[in-house]
Amino acid sequence: MAAHLKKRVYEEFSKVVQIPHEETPAKKLRLSKPSKSAALHIDLCKATNSTDALQYLLQFARKPVEAESVEGVVRILLEHYYKETDNSVRLKIASLLGLLSKTQGFSPDCIVDDAINTLSNEKSHQVLAQLLDTLLVIGTQLPESPALRLRLVEVAYKHLSDTYFGVRNKCLQLLGCLGMVDAPVGKENEGPGTSLGGLRDVQSIISDYFGDQDPRVRTAALKAMLQLHERGMKIHQIIYDQACRLLTDDYEQVRSAAVQMVWVLSQLYPESIVPIPSSNEEIRLVDDAFGKISHMVSDGSWMVRVQAAKTLGSMLQVSPHFLEQTLDKKLMSDLRRKRTAHERAKELFASGEFSSGRKWADDAPKEKLDTNTVNLIASGACGAFVHGLEDEMFEVRIAAVEALCHLARSSPSFAEKCLDFLVDMFNDEIEEVRLQSIHVLREISTHITLREDQLDTVLAVLEDSSRDIREALHELLCYTNVSTKECIQLALLELLKNLNKYPTDRNSVWKCLKFLGSRHPTLVLPLVPELLSTHPYFDTPEPDMDDPAYIAVLVLVFNAAKSCPTMPALFSDHTFRHYAYLRDSLSHLVPPLRLPGRKQVYGLDSVDSGPGSGSVESAQLFLQQSLNRVSTIQNLEASGAQDLLDLTIRDLQRLGELQTELAGAADFCATYLRCQLLLMKALQEKLWNMAVPLCLKQNVTATAAAQQILEETYKLEFLYSGLESRQVATIHHVRLQAKALQLVLTARTRQGLDLLIGSCERFLQDVESFQRLFLTELPHLQDSFVDKLLELMPRLSSCKPVELVKILQTTLRQSGLLQLRLPEQIHRATATIIEPTGESDNPLRFTSGLVVALDIDATLEHVQDPQNTVKVQVLYPDGQSHVIHPKPGDFRKPGPHRHRLITQVYLSHTAWTEPSQIEVRLLLAYSSSSTSLTSPSKLGWSESLESLPAAEAAVEGTIPFSKAVKVFIMPKPARR
Amino acid sequence: MPEIKVTPLGAGQDVGRSCILVSIGGKNIMLDCGMHMGYNDDRRFPDFSYITQNGRLTDFLDCVIISHFHLDHCGALPYMSEMVGYDGPIYMTHPTKAICPILLEDFRKITVDKKGETNFFTSQMIKDCMKKVIPLNLHQTVQVDDELEIKAYYAGHVLGAAMVHIKVGSESVVYTGDYNMTPDRHLGAAWIDKCRPDILISESTYATTIRDSKRCRERDFLKKVHESIERGGKVLIPVFALGRAQELCILLETFWERMNLKAPIYFSTGLTEKANHYYKLFITWTNQKIRKTFVQRNMFEFKHIKAFDRSYADNPGPMVVFATPGMLHAGQSLQIFKKWAGNEKNMVIMPGYCVQGTIGHKILNGQRKLEMEGRATLDVKLQVEYMSFSAHADAKGIMQLIRMAEPRNMLLVHGEAVKMEFLKGKIEQEFSIDCYMPANGETTTVTTNPSVPVDISLNLLKREMALGGPLPDPKKPRTMHGTLIMKENSLKLVSSEQALKELGLNEHQLRFTCHVQLQDPHSDADTLHRIYTHLKSVLKGYTIQHLPDGTVIVESIVIKVSSSTEDSNTKVLLLSWSYQTLIYNGLLPGG
Repeated sequence: MAAHLKKRVYEEFSKVVQIPHEETPAKKLRLSKPSKSAALHIDLCKATNSTDALQYLLQFARKPVEAESVEGVVRILLEHYYKETDNSVRLKIASLLGLLSKTQGFSPDCIVDDAINTLSNEKSHQVLAQLLDTLLVIGTQLPESPALRLRLVEVAYKHLSDTYFGVRNKCLQLLGCLGMVDAPVGKENEGPGTSLGGLRDVQSIISDYFGDQDPRVRTAALKAMLQLHERGMKIHQIIYDQACRLLTDDYEQVRSAAVQMVWVLSQLYPESIVPIPSSNEEIRLVDDAFGKISHMVSDGSWMVRVQAAKTLGSMLQVSPHFLEQTLDKKLMSDLRRKRTAHERAKELFASGEFSSGRKWADDAPKEKLDTNTVNLIASGACGAFVHGLEDEMFEVRIAAVEALCHLARSSPSFAEKCLDFLVDMFNDEIEEVRLQSIHVLREISTHITLREDQLDTVLAVLEDSSRDIREALHELLCYTNVSTKECIQLALLELLKNLNKYPTDRNSVWKCLKFLGSRHPTLVLPLVPELLSTHPYFDTPEPDMDDPAYIAVLVLVFNAAKSCPTMPALFSDHTFRHYAYLRDSLSHLVPPLRLPGRKQVYGLDSVDSGPGSGSVESAQLFLQQSLNRVSTIQNLEASGAQDLLDLTIRDLQRLGELQTELAGAADFCATYLRCQLLLMKALQEKLWNMAVPLCLKQNVTATAAAQQILEETYKLEFLYSGLESRQVATIHHVRLQAKALQLVLTARTRQGLDLLIGSCERFLQDVESFQRLFLTELPHLQDSFVDKLLELMPRLSSCKPVELVKILQTTLRQSGLLQLRLPEQIHRATATIIEPTGESDNPLRFTSGLVVALDIDATLEHVQDPQNTVKVQVLYPDGQSHVIHPKPGDFRKPGPHRHRLITQVYLSHTAWTEPSQIEVRLLLAYSSSSTSLTSPSKLGWSESLESLPAAEAAVEGTIPFSKAVKVFIMPKPARR
Repeated sequence: MPEIKVTPLGAGQDVGRSCILVSIGGKNIMLDCGMHMGYNDDRRFPDFSYITQNGRLTDFLDCVIISHFHLDHCGALPYMSEMVGYDGPIYMTHPTKAICPILLEDFRKITVDKKGETNFFTSQMIKDCMKKVIPLNLHQTVQVDDELEIKAYYAGHVLGAAMVHIKVGSESVVYTGDYNMTPDRHLGAAWIDKCRPDILISESTYATTIRDSKRCRERDFLKKVHESIERGGKVLIPVFALGRAQELCILLETFWERMNLKAPIYFSTGLTEKANHYYKLFITWTNQKIRKTFVQRNMFEFKHIKAFDRSYADNPGPMVVFATPGMLHAGQSLQIFKKWAGNEKNMVIMPGYCVQGTIGHKILNGQRKLEMEGRATLDVKLQVEYMSFSAHADAKGIMQLIRMAEPRNMLLVHGEAVKMEFLKGKIEQEFSIDCYMPANGETTTVTTNPSVPVDISLNLLKREMALGGPLPDPKKPRTMHGTLIMKENSLKLVSSEQALKELGLNEHQLRFTCHVQLQDPHSDADTLHRIYTHLKSVLKGYTIQHLPDGTVIVESIVIKVSSSTEDSNTKVLLLSWSYQTLIYNGLLPGG
């Protein structure tokens, strides 16, 4: 007692004195950075009360600890832990232990014993839970040590009966993460700690806690079981009944986890037989589970409903009988059976009548139902999707739609059945759901053929004002099968209506009709005379060729004609003329046709082979040959070399235009060769022979060339996707050459030596970083400029600038052309601005000083990470330019390698007297530091502020990669 | 046994005039106070004299709860509070409190000003009545008095409709009012947690109906309107002012927006405008979509829907008009109908049920020639469509709610007797709980099994916990030792020592003794020793002591040997043990 008192007194005393002292040593320590453990030790010893200690620990946790000093720190912490009486401090220490053991390069097995020891003496439940959490971290860090795992699992067993839920939670988590996967915990581990649990199976122990009084523990038990499953342990089938019981738990998180558990078991034992309670029938387990999970779709909590709906989608083994019940609903009114609207529509269609809906009692109840047969609470799977699709929360509806999609893809008959429901979803109030259901319908459309009445409802959505919805629907129609020629007519009619209402949909509608035509040639055939409004006796007036609607009809007809040779006979003369025109102007929409008597005219079209694989191969070959030819140029000063390069560049450009598949590769080569050509020109003999003052003018062109080459190299590097490091090295090589050229030119023009020294140093740095970056590629760069430079490197780094320049000059001229190897797939990033079209003559009027929003709609192809790189540039006539960064949400991804930017840019300017045009274009921003090859090394366990200095000075810039679109605007002076 | 009594004054096996009395735990509560739309005499209002013949209702009722603003649920409120006399608290949700007086005032105007009735409540009475109202929030537990607490849950149906959970001690009742389990365009679905009430009082309007999905109906409706507009026709939609009208407005408004339609939509003014104002305010009571988007745009701020003026009816071109009343029996909707009936391009859509005798009913039944007043006939050439948009739970919905709440008993009101009968059967069969369907004035009594709370000392609990086996069997009851003390209306469970201390009693110990006679020639001490060695060999695992004072102790049993007075060979064995709950089976050595 006396000692205790004395300590107290001392504490009180020291508190007063030490506070002013505390600040200084702490700072000093941080500056000099001695070992962390020592600093921590001093800090902790200084702490006079628990709050202080906690503060120190918190501060400590913010800084990273190196792997070497972790163990020391842990010892200090543990030492303090034993001494500490305050729970919160011990808790913090325990959590720090966990954090520390995550440090990379530190193996936590040395602290396991200590951590386990601390457990046995701990009284506070919270701290105990935290310690177990630490053990969990340690255990997951050391997956390779079965002995350790065994120990940890035993610890978990021992504490499972704790009264605090947190401790039980953590124990279960431990068991889930570390419990032995290799079946029952065997006889071999009859250690001292294996009092009751060691011999038992992990699963049965965990399942005991399915009935725990605390819902959090029940959840943890289920989660632990799921964790075991994820780690590859086969869950016993006995668990199934227990999990099913938990489906009716009072707490949503338990039910949610139970749904997962039941699902897991249904996937493990789909074929085993379970009895149906209260009857002596038996069904397959997967069917039973399906029924039970279906039931959860009408649960009280929407989280569980989402979970259940999602899960249903992945139960593909379920029997068709059960599956179809999910869409089942029996309607009744006053105990009389009623047909659903879907059934009525189907009947009407079958009877050959259009849906009139004009009769009042056409949904009048029919036969009287026997009260005993009406099943109100849907037992089993009954109507799960009917509920899910009508749910209050759109999250559930989306999940249900997705589940329908998965199930329908694997079962054509189900796909047929769920069609009506999906079509109904097109009318949902939330656009996301509508969009999703359209996408889903597209995905399953291979299985189904739309009936006329269904098509009718589908087409009604074409008038939607949301462009996404319309385009998704066009996409859907591209893949849809329809049954009759009336359907085709209906679709065409609605599409034309759509075109009329939203002229911007032109391309999408045409594309849609292209597929519609090529899919249903036989259905289009009887419609042709009507569509082209031809008449057997009379000549009809020639339609307007510029009418988008007429083009749409022609696209449909021509695509159908492709596989229907009898169709062209129905064409009138002007149709053939229009065909020729369209084939040329819209070649991607109009296929080559074999037209009677006109073959000689279209001989070039190579109807027989078409734009098949053959031509691509030949083009590839041509590309390769061109490159090979160029590679023969060894001496850059040869007289014919420039001409050859010129020719090759022209060839390649044309090739890129003709063969869209190879456009990227051809463009890439052409640009590369242009760089070489520029370099070659800049190194012209006479320039360098002239005296410095005389060649000033020549210098200007050479400087410009160097600058241009630099820009082109950035384009090469960032505009093309699919580059391998070999190509990147080549590009960097060219850039290095351009830089060398710049340096040489600087040396010739400017006299300032300081400047020259500076640029020399920078150049040498560049060379070094090149060497560092492309170490693996260096063997391929033999005999190149950089190869020679690296040979001379020792000399270069020590010599004077003037000498360096000389060396550079000679090396530049001696080095040969580096041959370009083509990668497999190379694509150029492109962007097309669809809107604004730039055709409008009506200026956009707004009051000066205020802003006007301009809608921009563009498609981007082969752009990686457009959210960060794509920007919009607005150029005003007075030379002002603004760069606008669109929001990440403005980018959509309609297909692979394709993005769509739909955004608004705000324009503003002072008043003009007349309307004038501004230019809008898209830019691709790049930054050379973000090259994938220089990924920053991973940092320690907490974010560090001292990051490494950038490897090379980052060059940032933008590349315009779309055609500029002109927009007429007119800021009016504000009226006062 | 404690009981809960439920007596419907209205809505018992009937639709309209909802008014239900509940006595629970000594509290009397009135649920809803509605009027019957079908009567114009005394039968219009519930019979309040059932509660008390003379004297104010305040003495007999602890509170009144109104579930929503429809007149068949709140129409008699001013009559009851002001004319019969009630000063206690009236509970309703915020939207109900806001909209209810509008409807009451409208109702008063029609009965007093138009029909010229006297002896009816006045505007001032409505105002006074509303002053007694205490507003409720969703999921807010309101303490009416020390024992009675109520809590409101979302019910769908109309804006502000609520289900109420009434609780006294451990007894509880849930009253659903009218509710809807399927969400619609402006309201969400009803929801309740697993509160396991003793009685669930549910409406059962659609007890024998299972409805088709809402989507089909909506799609049909929109398609019909759209087609008619495209033809250049005019569409008349007769509606009642509140509830469905707003749903249809939202439906059309969003459709117009989605499809970029330009034809005007008109709404006949009056009451609706005021109501729409409240719909705008009570966004939290609407469905997910409206709640999520109101920051950008409040869905009830209609862009396409404008106020209607009488002169618009003659405007050329397509239009859609919502007009009251809903059954085409009078007023604006009838006037417009007369104007448009002659053109086959036009259309009338009846969104609800029509009472027999109204024009709405006639045209729905296909009558094409109508006789108007003054012998004039009207040719009906326009298209007549029927669309059912009703916001009551269907049979499946009712079952779903039962599953959600898990009640111990079920009570059906607000429905027709025949239909209830069917549902009652189904409920009893599916959930195996009792289901009642009392008629008006008939009392249903349900006995409850309330749990009695008892305080327990923590020490005792901990001690017993430590004794018990492994933890995880929470569902099984556990027995424990303790003393129950009843003192001044409170119950306490304490350990026996403490009980003795508190009550000032001495501890008494019970000891059992018995004598066994043995024939043994040895001396007393020898006999004892022999018994000792025998026991030691037989009872392994028990502590057996031979004390120097001539006794053998086996655990707590004392054995003494003395010679009989008559015969020294006959030894008397004295066995003595204290009263213990743990009985050592077969411990007593025989012979």
